[in-house]
Amino acid sequence: MPPPVRRITLEREPYVAPPRAAGATAQAPANGRLRAVRAPSTQVRQRMAIEGVWLAYGENWVVRDVSLPVRQGEVLALIGASGSGKTTLLRSLNRLTEVTAGAARSGRVSLDGEEIHELEVNALRRRVSMVFQQPNPFPMSIYDNVAYALVESPRHGGRRRRRTPELELAVADALRRAGLYDEVASDLERSALRLSGGQQQRLCIARALAAEPEVLLLDEPCSALDPISTATIEKLIVELRETVAIVIVTHNLQQAFRVADHVAFMHLGELVEYGSSEQVFDRPSQQRTRDYVSGAFG
Amino acid sequence: MASERSAAAVIPPISHPRRSSVGSWPLIDRTGFVLCWLTGIGLCLIAGGIVLYMLLKGVAYLRLSEFVQSPSPSLHQTQSGGFSDPILGTLLVTAIGIAIAAPVGVALAAWLSEYSRPAWLARAVESGLEMIAGVPSVVLAIFGLLVFSEGFLGFLSTKAFNGTVTGQSFVTAGVVMSVLALPLIVASTREALAQLPDRLREASYALGKTRATTTRRVLLPAIRPSIASGVVLGMGRIIGDTAIITLILGATLKNESADGTPLLGALRGTGSTLTSYVFNNSPAGEGNSHEKAYAAAFVLLMIVLALNALVTRLTNGRRARSADRGWRARTRALVAWTR
Ligand SMILES: Nc1ncnc2c1ncn2[C@@H]1O[C@H](COP(=O)(O)OP(=O)(O)O)[C@@H](O)[C@H]1O
Ligand SMILES: [Mg+2]
Repeated sequence: MPPPVRRITLEREPYVAPPRAAGATAQAPANGRLRAVRAPSTQVRQRMAIEGVWLAYGENWVVRDVSLPVRQGEVLALIGASGSGKTTLLRSLNRLTEVTAGAARSGRVSLDGEEIHELEVNALRRRVSMVFQQPNPFPMSIYDNVAYALVESPRHGGRRRRRTPELELAVADALRRAGLYDEVASDLERSALRLSGGQQQRLCIARALAAEPEVLLLDEPCSALDPISTATIEKLIVELRETVAIVIVTHNLQQAFRVADHVAFMHLGELVEYGSSEQVFDRPSQQRTRDYVSGAFG
Repeated sequence: MASERSAAAVIPPISHPRRSSVGSWPLIDRTGFVLCWLTGIGLCLIAGGIVLYMLLKGVAYLRLSEFVQSPSPSLHQTQSGGFSDPILGTLLVTAIGIAIAAPVGVALAAWLSEYSRPAWLARAVESGLEMIAGVPSVVLAIFGLLVFSEGFLGFLSTKAFNGTVTGQSFVTAGVVMSVLALPLIVASTREALAQLPDRLREASYALGKTRATTTRRVLLPAIRPSIASGVVLGMGRIIGDTAIITLILGATLKNESADGTPLLGALRGTGSTLTSYVFNNSPAGEGNSHEKAYAAAFVLLMIVLALNALVTRLTNGRRARSADRGWRARTRALVAWTR
């Protein structure tokens, strides 16, 4: 293993910008900053802990010594340039990295205090669900896409029937939570592949929500979407954070600012800065963060 | 407006790029080029010739009554009956063969493509499939006969008068036929599975579904057209085979029940199919009903051509198919297809 790098302490004191000479002011924070005024979350509770995690593909360590808390009641955004390991880190949280041959992890990731490697993998993935960068609905009907997440799961008694009154209610409920129900209610038997990109992505969110996960991982969920679909999904994310702990990877700094309560900035596999979204955008403590949020690179 | 402008503007002549002429190629390439043309044309002529010739003969000799009459032993063509038994035999053998080969083939393909653990077993299965695909069907047939004439498998087939197990029956022929169709079904299913994007699998794993559930509920339904085309290819292979029919089905004139009971007896009994009927009645066989052979061969050719058209439709029409909902679209498709 490579030598451990600087460790970032969590729960740091709010950063206080040192007095600066005139002219050397930090760049203006994320441009076009319009953040919906929203009620602060009533209850914030830590669900997952990422502690000193290193992730590798083969010999290549692409995430180095990252420590972060994932809390219910707030949204955590991972920002950073392409290739900085955001997707890899996210995928490791529900052990989806294990699907890739040669992927390895060191360090500790826990869910409610339990190391995730100790949990049964499919049970873990039902608790920690994921939405991908590209909408990937199954080639089946809208109804079946959501029902698939529910049927045969132990939570629903492992039943196979795809048409029961409870199941239909659960499907409609998931679609409603993802803000898609009104648009598709007239024909749930339509093929999911014929929905628009934004609708497909909301269907994927509905599917991920159907099994009532405790943590929702979103990997650049809006990168393939138009601004209107993006706004719908952002609104949804902010609403969902009360019941689900949310981690979102995004390329879009404005989006991170709009939806996130805490922001983690990663660069080349290292966690450079972690803090509240106001702090990271307005008073970044690291030069690299300052450059990134002001658009100097990335 | 548009016309005003076009009146004013003079469109310059469209210029075409100069094509490289074959004349400038080296002699050997030019010879090859001409040979390609000739063989291509020759192939079309042969294909056209087969269809045309069989069409003429078939139309000349085919009678509707032949579809419902059993063959009867006679030296005169007028009294030799029809070929209802061989048609029934073809259907039965194909149905048995596919009923076995389709589920086994799909399961094998899914295992090879999604699990293939342990690796040595996967490699062995792959070579086994390759070997089966390359074995002449007559070898399969004689091997099948060897296996099914074992005494403890006697319940599957007909017994000779002296009580020895012949190993011949529709069931045993169907089982051996399934081996013939298996590699085709496995190949087309595997190929389709390999082409599915990994994000489909990951979407399912991310919902906490096992590999098995993912394969069964997501992947296999997604490649239904490919499975169907593999099945149809397998059907074509079964329908066209003669060696297995001759050796294991007996290629008798009529379908004979093993013990007189209607269904089970027929399944355990011997019989014939269109291929063996054509063979036996052809000038090369022992029968003397050439006209019947031509008529049956025509029917056989039509069945195989229809299956080929079905495969083409299944493999090309995947996109179009989802739009083909409702009777109107379906009728249109049917009309277009028969034309
Ligand atoms: N399946 C893989 N196999 C090998 N290397 C990979 C794989 N996926 C990603 N990587 C490498 O890991 C690094 C981080 O990638 P990723 O996590 O996708 O970054 P991000 O999501 O921040 O753009 C990159 O250098 C990438 O090339
Ligand atoms: Mg990424």
